[in-house]
Amino acid sequence: MCLAIPGKIESFVENSDPKMGTVNFGGIRKTVCMEMLPEANVNDYVIVHVGFAISIIDEEEAKETLRMLSEAGELKRDLGE
Amino acid sequence: MKYLDEYRDPLKAKILSEKIHAITTKPWTIMEICGGQTHSIVKSGLEKLLPASLSIVHGPGCPVCVTPLEMIEKAIMIALKPNVIFTSFGDMLRVPGNSTDLLHVKANGGDVRIVYSPLDAVAIAQKNPEKEVVFFAVGFETTAPANAAAVWQAQKLNLKNFSILCSHVLVPPAIEGLLSSHQNRVQGFLAAGHVCTIMGYEEYEPLAKKYNVPIVVTGFEPVDILHGILMLVTQLEAGRHDVENQYSRIVKRKGNRSAQEMIFNVFEISHRSWRGIGEIPKSGYRLKDEFTRFDAERKFDLGAVAAMEPPQCIAGNILRGLNKPHECSVFGTQCTPEHPLGAPMVSSEGACAAYYHYRK
Ligand code: SF4
Repeated sequence: MCLAIPGKIESFVENSDPKMGTVNFGGIRKTVCMEMLPEANVNDYVIVHVGFAISIIDEEEAKETLRMLSEAGELKRDLGE
Repeated sequence: MKYLDEYRDPLKAKILSEKIHAITTKPWTIMEICGGQTHSIVKSGLEKLLPASLSIVHGPGCPVCVTPLEMIEKAIMIALKPNVIFTSFGDMLRVPGNSTDLLHVKANGGDVRIVYSPLDAVAIAQKNPEKEVVFFAVGFETTAPANAAAVWQAQKLNLKNFSILCSHVLVPPAIEGLLSSHQNRVQGFLAAGHVCTIMGYEEYEPLAKKYNVPIVVTGFEPVDILHGILMLVTQLEAGRHDVENQYSRIVKRKGNRSAQEMIFNVFEISHRSWRGIGEIPKSGYRLKDEFTRFDAERKFDLGAVAAMEPPQCIAGNILRGLNKPHECSVFGTQCTPEHPLGAPMVSSEGACAAYYHYRK
């Protein structure tokens, strides 16, 4: 039930209360509540749970984790495995 | 999809699996707390990628599974009332009460509606001023700000016909409950990433210290989970017991302040009883005094409700990591997802249902 999925903020709904925005989840758009992320901007990736955006995805951290994992992968290929 | 596909990549999973094999020298028992992680582990067959000496047990982190039977009974009693629209997340509808479930109430003409968001329930209340609209507010910390925001919004709109049946539970007191039991055999935890998205992970630091257990905040995709397990085993093998964060792209140490504020605008900490486990002190939320007019239990004056657990069901042991689903005598025979005896067979995040669907 704690499922939360990533999507990209496309726009904010003007004068909405609570503050709402349109988030694109791989082609499917939904209007979600932005009240928990006052600092979010258009084009930010966020994760959404039960209609609420709850966190902005940190691109740098994501890249860093993936870089670590793929470095390990290249090492394996170099070793001919 | 960006931020999903990368974490489902079989090559990355394979590399992580090999690393875990390479560093594991002793038998370890670790627990994932969250039902979403249980589902992901069982569905993607992660246990097959792990050393046989590494035992993964499934924790109490499925809100559907730990909502007390008394609450399910209360939900059914409210939904049966003539002037009520009962709203809920879909997973709660099939949980069996003593004689029926919400889905049957709906099939027999009750106005029971599945909502995606608690704000949808508020909108239904706005549109139907002549009806009482009740929302079944269950969930962990992840869901609490959304449920709080619904009450907050109803107050702002001055709605008199909206209330919640509140059964909110918290993760850290449940971990403490498990660790302080003499039966405990869990040596390390994967903490639930989305719970920590809201609350951060400072609360886990004293627990790791007090009980000498490493805790790794972990995401939900297979690569995340294997990465979390690798971090956990690395700590166990080195004799460390720190709180670490695998899910750093989403989770910050202090969590989401705005969400926490929203929770504590509306809720306060209370004792909660957990299905299969019993009462755990300070393990949930209830509405603050100034919001009691949104409390469905008061509004409908339900009083104490008796509920009987089916005697064969060992859900309590499963939720504490003492047994696995296939060790239950009625698993897959008298108890199936079509005819569940206990909540872990109902929810797709319940350990029994996950085993039934993916391990048969
Ligand atoms: S298989 Fe069914 S009866 Fe057995 S523990 Fe799971 S839910 Fe309970």
